[in-house]
Amino acid sequence: MRARVLIRPKAGILDPQGIAVERALPALGFSGVSNVHVGRLIELDVEDPSSLDAMCRRLLANPLIEDYEILDGRSG
Amino acid sequence: MKAGVVRFPGSCDEVDAQLALSRVGEAVLLWHADRDLQGVDAVVVPGGFSYGDYLRVGAIARFSPAMESVIAFAREGGLVLGICNGFQVLCEAGLLPGALLPNDHLRFRCAQAELEVVSADTPFTRGCSPGDRLSIPAKHTTGRYYAPPEELERMEAGGQVVLRYAAGTNPNGSLRDIAGVCNAERNVFGLMPHPEHAVDELTGASADGLRIFASMAEAVDGRVAA
Repeated sequence: MRARVLIRPKAGILDPQGIAVERALPALGFSGVSNVHVGRLIELDVEDPSSLDAMCRRLLANPLIEDYEILDGRSG
Repeated sequence: MKAGVVRFPGSCDEVDAQLALSRVGEAVLLWHADRDLQGVDAVVVPGGFSYGDYLRVGAIARFSPAMESVIAFAREGGLVLGICNGFQVLCEAGLLPGALLPNDHLRFRCAQAELEVVSADTPFTRGCSPGDRLSIPAKHTTGRYYAPPEELERMEAGGQVVLRYAAGTNPNGSLRDIAGVCNAERNVFGLMPHPEHAVDELTGASADGLRIFASMAEAVDGRVAA
């Protein structure tokens, strides 16, 4: 299965990358943008999709500071 | 004291750490792919960019064969010091609470850090007194210490906050100005500033970093090191 894992900074933790992007957009003339957060996307082929959650908890994300979301890559 | 410094692909401060430790005892390098800790009394996980800091700082290094041995060594009470990237690795390994996040200003900052000793009740700061100031360089992009509020309260109550940046000098936005923390058992200590770069006034603004290594040697050898 082709899978995608979205990793985001946990809500409530200061996200300076998101703030920097949010401040840069108005400078380019894009107004009305708020709540910008920057995370990362990991795409992978995996034989056993049931192992994805454990992969996220052990390596792909740090659950203390990040939330993760597992998506079926075919839908993306 | 015989100390070992772990060398990962991407480490860059391991030789300075070895030189600093050799002022208070014997110091060897430990290769990341080797499980054998060579009978050392203490382990230092050094600064740098282990495994390129891919994925997250410290995330890959934490699973190296040497770190598996270091984790077992720490669980048995062995002294483990993590400096900068080493601090990040120890947090990822679960040997220290919390995590290090990108600096609030998103820039790499290299400057002398003025630190306040909060706890001298550790093998790493026993040669200091609470309130002592240490002047030690710090240089990092990902040094903003974070732990959940309830964890921070537990740490403060248990004396696990060992070093803070002096009021008004926090270089990275760390919570409560935290610069260094220890585990509940007090045998694992991590800090963002680099004591190994402050062991000789010829090449640094102070030799305050030596007090950390001398404390470790004193704890291991039961005497005050030179």
